[in-house]
Amino acid sequence: MGNITLRNVSKVFGAHAVIPSIDLNINDGEFVVFVGPSGCGKSTLLRLIAGLEDVSDGEIVIDGKNATELPPAQRGLSMVFQSYALYPHMSVRSNIGFPLKMANEDKAVIDKKVADAARVLNLTDYLDRKPRQLSGGQRQRVAIGRAIVRQPKAFLFDEPLSNLDAALRVNMRLEISQLHQDLKTTMVYVTHDQVEAMTMADKIVVLNRGRIEQVGSPLDLYHKPDNLFVAGFIGSPRMNFVSGAPAAAYQAHTMGIRPEHLVLSKESGTWGGTVGVAEHLGSDTFLHVNVDNIGTMTARVGGDFAVTHGDRVFLTPDAQRVHRFDDKGLAVR
Amino acid sequence: MATLHTRSAARLMIAPSVLLLLAWMIVPLAMTIYFSFLRYNLLMPGMEEFAGFSNYKYFLTDPAFFHAIFNTLAIVLGVLFITVVGGIALALLLDQPMFGQGIVRILVIAPFLIMPTVAALVWKNMFMNPVNGLFAWVAKLFGLQPFDFLANAPLMSVILIVAWQWLPFATLILLTALQSLDEEQKEAAQMDGASAWSRFIYLVLPHLSRAITVVILIQTIFLLSVFAEILVTTNGGPGTQSTNLTFLVYAQALLQFDVGGASAGGIIAVILANIVAFFLMRMIGKTLEA
Repeated sequence: MGNITLRNVSKVFGAHAVIPSIDLNINDGEFVVFVGPSGCGKSTLLRLIAGLEDVSDGEIVIDGKNATELPPAQRGLSMVFQSYALYPHMSVRSNIGFPLKMANEDKAVIDKKVADAARVLNLTDYLDRKPRQLSGGQRQRVAIGRAIVRQPKAFLFDEPLSNLDAALRVNMRLEISQLHQDLKTTMVYVTHDQVEAMTMADKIVVLNRGRIEQVGSPLDLYHKPDNLFVAGFIGSPRMNFVSGAPAAAYQAHTMGIRPEHLVLSKESGTWGGTVGVAEHLGSDTFLHVNVDNIGTMTARVGGDFAVTHGDRVFLTPDAQRVHRFDDKGLAVR
Repeated sequence: MATLHTRSAARLMIAPSVLLLLAWMIVPLAMTIYFSFLRYNLLMPGMEEFAGFSNYKYFLTDPAFFHAIFNTLAIVLGVLFITVVGGIALALLLDQPMFGQGIVRILVIAPFLIMPTVAALVWKNMFMNPVNGLFAWVAKLFGLQPFDFLANAPLMSVILIVAWQWLPFATLILLTALQSLDEEQKEAAQMDGASAWSRFIYLVLPHLSRAITVVILIQTIFLLSVFAEILVTTNGGPGTQSTNLTFLVYAQALLQFDVGGASAGGIIAVILANIVAFFLMRMIGKTLEA
């Protein structure tokens, strides 16, 4: 129903190649997240799939049909924009019904589909309001409602949660995941937030400077990052990287160890250091430790590990969980 | 202006300008009202006497008055129609990326900077003149009889000239409004399968509604008092075919030297303008509060 294949897709703005060349396969029903730092080309890639930008080279195949030259409306995709892009002068009802109206659907059919979508999204009481009378989360749901009434082959989300406050973001994250479970439609989701990527995705595509660094399930990327970039990008707080002599002990140019895989002790350990900043979250404490001869490392310990600024601690990496990288930054396994 | 003290201080500060503006308005208005009740002819100085409402009676029963009312409305509505429709079209065109955009935009704005008398003279002598005009030359090129615009279609010619002058204003306001339309909304409509025409009807036009109201309001204020273009081109004629209310009052005062009658006409014009303003403000209120 909704598999999307990109073959050698590239996008060039002037002399600047935003996306040099990308091959990617998105299977039907998958929740795929494009994640990467800002300017990595993830939004551009989404807009190429949507048809809002023309590809410079390569082809986009949607549902087995070559869609490279098709206008956006004929690709059978729906998009939710970062600014929601609701039509300000139309009521919620007309906003959600707009794609159906454009498809010349029957008035009765439109009313029924809009009512269904509103019920799914808890918008029934707000159908006659204008977008400006809604809260951020409600606007977001209207935008999603406008996307689902068309029963698209796939949904495209362009950083849809970045305008919401933190609590609402967590809620909407759950709602979108729930929606995916219910509809079982392909979803392509763009974000710069690796937490969103990890929590929602079936498959994460990590992008950097227009290239795919790694494709895989969230836990794949967490446990087996292919290179330094993915290792540093996935996981919060960031993985610690050490090169030089300590890394050589593990036969690597650079070794990486996640904060949660460092064992802390006040008495003894592999590396000694002083606590710089301790961030107490309650359940956990993040310690920024100035390790002798290495530099700052972050470690995660339980909330009841009592240390403060200036205390002496010892860190021991869990040997099973050490990531090793060669001099090109690629993982050694 | 939080405290009582600052508020009264502020009132004190603005009082001089308010009083000045009030006097500025009240004195001419009072004098006009006063003159409108006098038999006051410039050819008979010193013979002024109270005339009651007879000035109003003569002005309102003058067949030229109804002609002038019709012409005033025709000029306002005609020019508004041309400038709004043309302004939207031009704004849409100028919003497209093209070569030499900056120069083209300046060229489009140029007519607004030309003073009305000059513009009207240029149109009268260089375009509409049946012997030397550009239109006559084009007509002859196709072997047609040149059309004497100002003699045969004076009102339409005046409307055309005034519309040409106001088109840049409408274009400019509408263009800036157009540029403030959110790009993502247009893209969303594109994804929703809206054609270019549907996007214009359902997205662009509602977005422009405020700007259109502003254009209509501001232009109406100025179009009710079009004068220079008529004086320079047709002198209100032939007959009263292109006489509007402003020109009629002028003719009464300075061609027939009847100051009393002209004053009565002026007061009537003020009343009519206020009626128009009342309806305009209601319309504006509805659009702008959204």
